[in-house]
Order: sequence, then C-alpha cells, then structure tokens
Amino acid sequence: MRIPVEKFELENGLRVTLSQDNTAPIVAVNLWYHVGSANEKAGRTGFAHLFEHMLFQGSENVGASEHFELIQRAGGTLNGSTWLERTNYFETVPSNQLAIALWLEADRMGGLLSAMTQTKLDTQRDVVKNERRWSVDNQPYGTCWEKLQELSFPESHPFHHSLIGSMEDLSEASLDDVAQFFRMYYTPDNAVLSIAGDFDPEEAKALVRKYFDPISRGAGRPALPSMGLPPIFGKPLRNIVEDDVSLPRIYMAFRSPIFGSDQYYAASVTGAILGMRRGSRLYRSLVRERQTAADAAAFTFDLAKGADLLVIDVTGRPGISAEELEQEIVRELDALLRDGVSDAEVERAVALIRTDTISAMQTASERADRLSMFATLLGDSDFVNDQTDKYAAVTTDRVNRFIRDRLIPENRATLVYIPRVQPESVSRDAEVAVP
Amino acid sequence: MNETKPQPGPSREYHFPKFEIRSLDNGIRVLIAPVRKLPVVTVLAVIDATATSDPEEKEGLAELTAQALRDGTKEIDGTELILELERLGTSLEVGADWDSTVASMTVLRDKLDDSFQLFSDVIMSPAFRNEDIDRLRSERLAERLQILDEPRGLAEESFARFLYADGSRYAEPMSGSSESVTAISREDVVNFHAANYSPDATTIIIVGDLSAAEGMTLVEKSFGKWRGNRALRAEAVDRQGNPAMASQIVSKADAAQAELRIGHVGVPRSHPDYFSIVVMNAVLGGLFSSRINLNLREAHGYTYGASSYYDWRRQAGPFVISTAVQTEVTGNTIAETMKEIDRMRTEEIDSSELSLATSYLEGVFPIRYETTAAIAAALANMVTFELPNDYYDAYRSRISAVTTADVLRAAKEHVDPERLQIVVVGDVATLKPQIEALQKGELTVLEYAKP
Repeated sequence: MRIPVEKFELENGLRVTLSQDNTAPIVAVNLWYHVGSANEKAGRTGFAHLFEHMLFQGSENVGASEHFELIQRAGGTLNGSTWLERTNYFETVPSNQLAIALWLEADRMGGLLSAMTQTKLDTQRDVVKNERRWSVDNQPYGTCWEKLQELSFPESHPFHHSLIGSMEDLSEASLDDVAQFFRMYYTPDNAVLSIAGDFDPEEAKALVRKYFDPISRGAGRPALPSMGLPPIFGKPLRNIVEDDVSLPRIYMAFRSPIFGSDQYYAASVTGAILGMRRGSRLYRSLVRERQTAADAAAFTFDLAKGADLLVIDVTGRPGISAEELEQEIVRELDALLRDGVSDAEVERAVALIRTDTISAMQTASERADRLSMFATLLGDSDFVNDQTDKYAAVTTDRVNRFIRDRLIPENRATLVYIPRVQPESVSRDAEVAVP
Repeated sequence: MNETKPQPGPSREYHFPKFEIRSLDNGIRVLIAPVRKLPVVTVLAVIDATATSDPEEKEGLAELTAQALRDGTKEIDGTELILELERLGTSLEVGADWDSTVASMTVLRDKLDDSFQLFSDVIMSPAFRNEDIDRLRSERLAERLQILDEPRGLAEESFARFLYADGSRYAEPMSGSSESVTAISREDVVNFHAANYSPDATTIIIVGDLSAAEGMTLVEKSFGKWRGNRALRAEAVDRQGNPAMASQIVSKADAAQAELRIGHVGVPRSHPDYFSIVVMNAVLGGLFSSRINLNLREAHGYTYGASSYYDWRRQAGPFVISTAVQTEVTGNTIAETMKEIDRMRTEEIDSSELSLATSYLEGVFPIRYETTAAIAAALANMVTFELPNDYYDAYRSRISAVTTADVLRAAKEHVDPERLQIVVVGDVATLKPQIEALQKGELTVLEYAKP
C-alpha cells in the first residue's frame, strides 16, 4: 500500500509535501517545526510547550481565540502538540476550507509577535501550570516521563529535562523569551508543511505560495549540543519514587538505536514481541499465566537524535511488591537473552504493526502528520511508503542480535514506583525500611 | 502578510457510507457498508447484553462476561485464540456499557475470513473456564484500584453515586465495584451469556473492503446455525438522589488540583429535543470555543480545559460540567460556571454563536467517519439507540435546522440550576470554606478511604 507523495520547496526553505486522496471532501494541513523541549535553554524548561500555547493567542491579522474559532466555524478540528524534538500544529477541514487553514498557519508563522502581550502570556502560563497539575502532579505515576528522561539521559543531554517544565521555570518565562524563540525557530526553513486529502494540486500549490512565499527565511537555528551517546548505559541505572498509588509500577528503559535507523526496526519489533497486546511475552506471562502483573506494555520512544529508548511498563497486582515485580520482569529478560525469540513471535509482531500502519492511513490527519514526521526527522516524506517493507524485512536474527546487544543488565534504567507509606503506618511499624 | 481572510470555495457533497441491512432466519441482523479505500475491514457485533441488566450486588457482570469472551471456546483456549488472531494481525476488543455489549476487530482484507470464524465462535460458544473467570475477576480488582487512584476516576464515580438515587444502576460503576465483582461466579457468567447473547439480540456490522454479498456469505457461514431467544432487558432507574441543589467534597489530602463535576440528571437519548440540546451544549461547554472553556481557561487561566456534556443513554444519563482547577480558585470556578449557566438560560444566543456551533457540527461530520472503525461504531450507535436508518443522512440538516429560540428553550428546559449537584475531589481544608461561602445546598464531606 502506497500513498501519493509530491514534494517541493519554497525559496524561503519551507519544505512541502502533498498527498492527494479524493475519497471524502476532507483535507488535513499539518506543520512540524523542528524545535522541541530539547532546544530549551537552561532555566527555561517547559518553554517550547508554553510557546505552543502562545501560537493560539492570535497573530498579525488574527485575534486572540480567533484561530480556534475560525477553524471550528469552518467545520474543522485542530490542535498542536510538543515533543522533545518537534512541535506540530494541525487542522482537518472540509476541502473547500483549505485556504483558511493555510492562511492561519502562515499568519502566525509570518507575524506572531505583534499579537503577543504580557496578559496573554500570564494567562497561558496559568493554563500550562494547570496542565502540569492535571497531567503530572495530580496523576498517579504522572511524573514517569520526566523521571525516565532524567534517569536515562545524562544531565548535559538535551533529552534530560522535563518537557512540561518546572513550575519555577514556567514562572520565569518572559515576553523576551517568546520573541527570541519565535525568531530563532519559527521560520519557514525550520518547518515542513504537509497537506493530505481532497484538493486540487495546482490550486493547493498556488495557495501555499501565496501565503508562505512572503515569509522570510530565518537567520539559522543554533546547533544543538552534541546528542551522541554510547550504545549502552554502561551500568544499571535506577530510581525509586514514592507516589500516591495503590499498585507498584516499573518502567524499564533500554538505550536503543535512533528512530528510522536500520536497527530501529528490530528494536520496535522487540517492543511489540515483549509488550504489544495480549499475546506479547510480558502480558502472556505476567498478566495471564503468573498473574503477578495487572498490565504490561513495551514500546519505543521514537527519538531520532542521539539515542532512542525502548521502554517496558509493568504494573503489579495487589499483594505483589515492587521487588517481586522487578524479579518477574528480569526473569523474562533473562529468558529472552538466553533463548532469543522465535520466528512465530516475529511474525505476530510484524502482522500487528502492519495492520496498524495500514489502518492509520485511513485518515487525512494521520497521513499528513506522518509525512511531516518523516520529512522532519528523516529528511524525506517518501519514507511514509517504506514502513511496511522495513518491518517485513526484520528477521528473527536481527531481533535476537538487538536483544543480545541491548537488553543486557548494563543497559537497563529502572524506574520503580512504590505506594507511599502513610505517616501513621510508619510510626506504627517503624522498623519497616522505607526506600 | 495577506490581511484578508480567504473565503471558502463551493463545498463538495458528502454522504455517509451506504449500508445494507439484512437478516438471517435465526433473527440475527446484519449491516454491511462497503468502503473500498484501503484493504481494511472492521467487524463489530452489537449485543443487547447491557450493564443495566446486571443483577443487584453483581454489578459488572455484563462487563466480566464480555471480557471472558476473549478466553476462548471449548476447541481453543484463550492464549491460543489471542495468538491466532494476532498472527492474523488483529485482536478482539470487547466491552459492555449501559446499553450494549460490543465485540470488534479491525483486520486486513486478506485475513478477514480466518479471523471472522474465530470472532463468531467466541461470541456464540465461549468456554468460560473456571481459571479464566478467576483471573479476570482479579484483573478487574486491580483495575478498580487504579481507577480510584486517579482523581478523575474517583470524581466520575463519586459524582454518579452522589447524583443518582440509591438503588439506581447508574449510581454504581458501569464495570462494578470491588465488592460486586468479587461476588460474581462462573455460573453467573454462564447464565448471563445464556440469557442475553442470542441471535435475535445481536447485530453484526461489517465495514470495509468487501461487497455486501461477500459479507453475507461470511455471516451465514459462521452465525447461521446459532439458535436462541433474547431475555427481557432491564432498564435503569434514572431518578436523581437529591431533588435540590447539594454539594460534596471527596477528601484527597494535598491533591495538586481540585477535580470538579457539576451537573444533574439529563434526558434519555430518545428525547425529541436531542438536536437542540446538542447545539445548546456545544455553545455552553461542548466546543473549545464554548462559553465555559473561554471563560475558565482563556479569560481566567483557572484550568487546562473545561467542558460540558450530556452522557446519552437509553434512560436519562448525567448532564455534566467537568474540569480540574487550581484548588484555590474552585469557588470562583463554580461561581463563573453558574454565571454561564444563567446567561445560557436567560438570553438568546446571537446568530454568530449559533452558526459557530452548527457549522462546526455539520463540518466535522465527514471527518468523524474516515475510518472503518468509526463508521462501524456509528452504525452500532444507530442500532443501540434504535435510530432511524436515515439518521446519518439527515444529521446535518437536523443540526442546521436548530434556531436560537430552540437553543434557549433547550437551556431553559434541560439545564436546571435548582437541581445542580456539585462534587469536588481534593484537599478539604482549602476547599471547604470556598464551597460553604457559595451556599450551594447542603454540603457533605466524604473521607475517601482506599479499598
């Protein structure tokens, strides 16, 4: 299965991919800016994400809240999201509304700063602080991603710090920071635009040129500090966190080949063998057979610079301690290192990934997002059509080599969540060691 | 920059996918929608086996029965079944809600025939092995702990219990409580399946890359010999517990936020005002650009998001305003929300607000149905709520027919400030003075003890 891909580049460096599909009168517009939390400077954790919020606060010809209103009035859906390496903005609209979606994206890429005010920044800072409370601080295991990044990447590494940021750093962010960040990263040569769905190619190209051509190229983004890392951690890493939870949970991360590399596909298949759906090793063994876990999953983070992570995520059953749960996982890993995986396990994983990959291509928004992803992270949107072949080419040998190289004890970062011991039980039972 | 906003071109026509309705002699209904864009097919069974039919003190039986389908038949055990389906690139999703049990899978076209046979076998003749029921019960108990650890889960369940009268099935969690799940035996599961899973209570929906004839051949071959008759479905009592306004704080010491739910018992899905209510709710709290979200998030920065919804069920589900706010501004949040409710009920909205809601709902309609799974779910919704066969064809014209007067009438009749119930999960010491100052009916404080 292939989707059409037509690419061109504007003089200002904006790379554009079109993918036509006229089955329904729907079109998706998707922009990836090649900037994420990794690009934040010291003392400004969370800024890339706060900045994403500011992009919905109006621009040269668009009022506050008007971006949302215009797209919803056009009968469309929209949002944005921030990740370690990128920030994306997207809308899906009825196909006769393509122009307004492109116009809105161009208006904020070309002229955000005149609309920025201290009041808007202060309000969005409060919104983001509430987002942090909602998704991290008031959520069981909610600190897992920032703790996992902190544990798995050295302090100097751009992936080390929290994406949502600390309350202190969010408080420090100023309008000056907004202006600097915008000029540095929100430029056409640091973005890719994808349009998927129902459009006339000539008309779409003309609209893209009309709205984006007038925007000037940026002065060049500052280089990221070196992202390179040795292939393994070199020693077991661990962190134990007390949280307001009833059941222990263990995240175990393995340093893993970067997204899109040849070895990445073996890592991704290993993740599916270990923890994708109910037939996976961890689920079958720990949830169904031994019944020591309530749930089990494994997946890659999909980072394209320096090193990726393969992550196992297992929650214990009531009555199972964190130590017992960890032993259960380690036993499975030992078996994997000793015996490897079978052809049938690889086939199962590849078959599931294949169905997911093809099913995802049903929606215009997913097509556009993946085109932008491959253009941004791997330099070419054409990779969207290689994925099922790349997975089909993963052999049992390649998976077993990946396991032998990377699932070893020296390459495990273990993050353990344990139920917080209530103060009264500490005093009543003082000899119990609280890690 | 180009200062002028572009105008839309002429819109292209859209039709919800055509589907055929057939039936077999045994009473099973079949809906098939050929959608040939990609080699993908979604298969879905809607069974009239509802959580409202759970026996008292065995709440969660419908859900446990649905989950147990995945553990195989007499011929093939759970692990073999899972592996066989996954090698075909698919897996069975199951669940029971208030108004139906649904089993579904999405599969590539060339794997459909093999996986469909397994799909039908587990629905008609599950084995319900003792050890599997024991395992599922223990899985549910672990899940209960996880739901209640989440402030959101705790708020949802506390709100339902506070809202509905004692004895209403809607007051209890859809998948049951720890006590009720513990009380469920294998015999209960076997009996529930025997009573509620039958061809005349089942509709098979197939959407994707196949013809209606190919779909019918599959269904006849797999489900043709199934026999049995349906039991009478039990309906939930949907009476509100407190007829007057009342508030409850569920204590969670040092919570980083307050999880807030405000609402009352709404109306059944079959209510003739459905479309007016949908548009009214979009303006009040349904859209990102709704009054409640713009006020609480964009003007005040109290929250990451606030929304309102009617939970549509065969009997009256809740009408809920839902948000999570910084604990210190909970009182202000409730006061601002009340203002928006009053404004909604006293003034007609202007035509621009109306057109924002209606053009949004009309416009996103095709976007909602891009996938075979979404189309199948829409058809399942039509079956569950006994909607007319032209429901999706007529949807957009029904929405655009709603007037500002209809919206005002819907707000006056279906949003009632006198009946509002407020539940907040969070830090009592900070919350209590704020809620007391609002004087919103009797205030109770519930000490939440972990099970």
